Amino acid sequence: MFDKVWDGHVVTEREGACLLWIDRHFVHEGSHHAFAKLAERGLPVAEPSLTFGVADHYVPVRAGANPSNAVARMIATLTDNTRQHGITLFGQDDPRQGIVHVVGPEQGITMPGATIVCGDSHTSTHGAFGALAFGIGATEVAHVLATQTLWQKRPKTLRMTVTGTLGAHVTAKDLALAWISQLGADGARGHAIEYAGSAIEALSMEARLTLCNLSIEGGARCGMVAPDDTTFAFLEGRPYAPQRADWDDAVDFWRSLRSDDGAAFDREVSIDGSAVAPTVTWGTSPEDALPVTEHVPDPNNSDPANAERIADALEYMALRPGQPLAGLAIDRVFIGSCTNARIEDLRAAASVLAGRRAKVPGLVSPGSSLVKAQAEEEGLAAIFEDAGLTWASAGCSMCVGMNGDIVAPGERCASTTNRNFRGRQGPGARTHLMSPAMVAAAAVAGAITDVRPMLEDRPLRGAA
Amino acid sequence: MSGWREHLGTAVALPREGIDTDQLIPARFMSTPRSAGYGEYLLHDLKHAGAVPDLEGASILITKRNFGGGSSREAAVYALIDAGFRVVVAPSFGDIFSGNAINNGLLPARLDTAPLLDALADGPRDARVHVEAGTIHLGNHVLEFELDAVARTKLINGWDDIDLTKAQTKPIAEHRDGLKASRPWIWPGAR
Ligand code: SF4
Repeated sequence: MFDKVWDGHVVTEREGACLLWIDRHFVHEGSHHAFAKLAERGLPVAEPSLTFGVADHYVPVRAGANPSNAVARMIATLTDNTRQHGITLFGQDDPRQGIVHVVGPEQGITMPGATIVCGDSHTSTHGAFGALAFGIGATEVAHVLATQTLWQKRPKTLRMTVTGTLGAHVTAKDLALAWISQLGADGARGHAIEYAGSAIEALSMEARLTLCNLSIEGGARCGMVAPDDTTFAFLEGRPYAPQRADWDDAVDFWRSLRSDDGAAFDREVSIDGSAVAPTVTWGTSPEDALPVTEHVPDPNNSDPANAERIADALEYMALRPGQPLAGLAIDRVFIGSCTNARIEDLRAAASVLAGRRAKVPGLVSPGSSLVKAQAEEEGLAAIFEDAGLTWASAGCSMCVGMNGDIVAPGERCASTTNRNFRGRQGPGARTHLMSPAMVAAAAVAGAITDVRPMLEDRPLRGAA
Repeated sequence: MSGWREHLGTAVALPREGIDTDQLIPARFMSTPRSAGYGEYLLHDLKHAGAVPDLEGASILITKRNFGGGSSREAAVYALIDAGFRVVVAPSFGDIFSGNAINNGLLPARLDTAPLLDALADGPRDARVHVEAGTIHLGNHVLEFELDAVARTKLINGWDDIDLTKAQTKPIAEHRDGLKASRPWIWPGAR
């Protein structure tokens, strides 16, 4: 599949690099460096209709929030740049606004077989549709704006086959953290991952988006899932998806993208899906992840090459070697981000929280304004508020803290986001990554806990 | 951007694994325009935690595995360059970081850094880096590093991709016209 999509986009080659045609380009507030480069050269945007702007990284999400001047300036700059170049913008006040990697799929802008780039590493998310989607830097963003193409070295391919079925209340988030902890945060470096196998085919689009989103945390250039009926059912009728006769044409083409039987990959990894447990991170890299039933590692019993890093991470996280993960008290929770803030994620968290109270404060920020509206209609927002959590609007928010939503120094946060890096959620913040249901469980218990018993005999919230 | 083949400078050890882009430059500094200079933000929070040696005057950074993983923020490279660095040596790099580094004339040299870190245990030392030969000389050590061929060419020539691509206007237009004919639905709402 990767080869088919890649080869179909090569315009020319030079010294081992391919010039790729780009079908979809997203820009956000952080793209100001790239627009400045364009202005320096006085260049126009080559294909404004293939470029979409989204305000997400800096938008305030709390009611009555008073953005700083710097934050307001970042959003205004994006508005000016997109207007000047005739680029469609899902701006701060647009009812379709949200996190770029949620809005793209939701609007049907993301398509199978497309090359999709954005100056954001989690662009890998869009690979859930069988697109070739990856993050790029500002110099490259300027290049795509100016030429609608990009020079890239062909990555190697890695097929990750997930056999069996995921257990009850085990999610794509758990699966991703599990493989990253096995292979390492640089384990898939230089590779494009194709996720395959029965456990992958059974995943919803939302879950595939979460899985592909986290590909980058294992060092992969991108992650892909072959488009199938689940994909087409999700896309059909979305505003920017092909319509009528074009739709049939498109689906025929998309079906042809699947890997052929016997396709060769540079690397093969196999994972037993039924062996994956609810997983949480304990350290400062997504590779520092373990089943919730486990204990924090002891540097003295680890490979000496890792001992120093583990000791360092434990110090930052204020954890004792050998301490059980379950029962670890937390100070707050965050449910949000392009990893886990789609409607299905909110339903999972609400299933746990319904009729319960959170022991700690927390913020719930839906992935887009449309997800927000849907969650309110389905009664999920009321469940979060009744539980004592703050229901906010859509944006990156506490995933990266650019809008001012940060975790206080020394505070421990159970979070549905993607990075537990030092200082990611604010200087000195201690982040534990986990699935939305696990975060909800942590909120109720006031501590990290296995969500599974809490969901026994409870109906899971599905589509209303 | 001008290219370069050889660099003589001071090498400094930063013996930590997994220095991600959020550590290289915390997100809160990224609304600054580039012209203001990003050097002072380099490793800002780690520095304030006392976890970084004095980097003043150094231009070659020797570190451990998985350097520059995480975000696509090119600001991580700006911070290194504005602080005076031309070369980072590590066993592995984040892919996007490597690409960004090359696009800004910063060499991400891949090699097992254990011997170099040992050699720098007593403090910074002079080192010489040859891009073409792919070698780094430090004390008695002459080590070879890995770098993709295309990255090497770009670094040496200081290629600006946009100029390079301008020469391809014709094949790009052909590709585009081919798509417009065969799959017009790629252009949303353009029917
Ligand atoms: S939610 Fe977080 S990871 Fe996703 S785009 Fe925003 S800042 Fe990046």
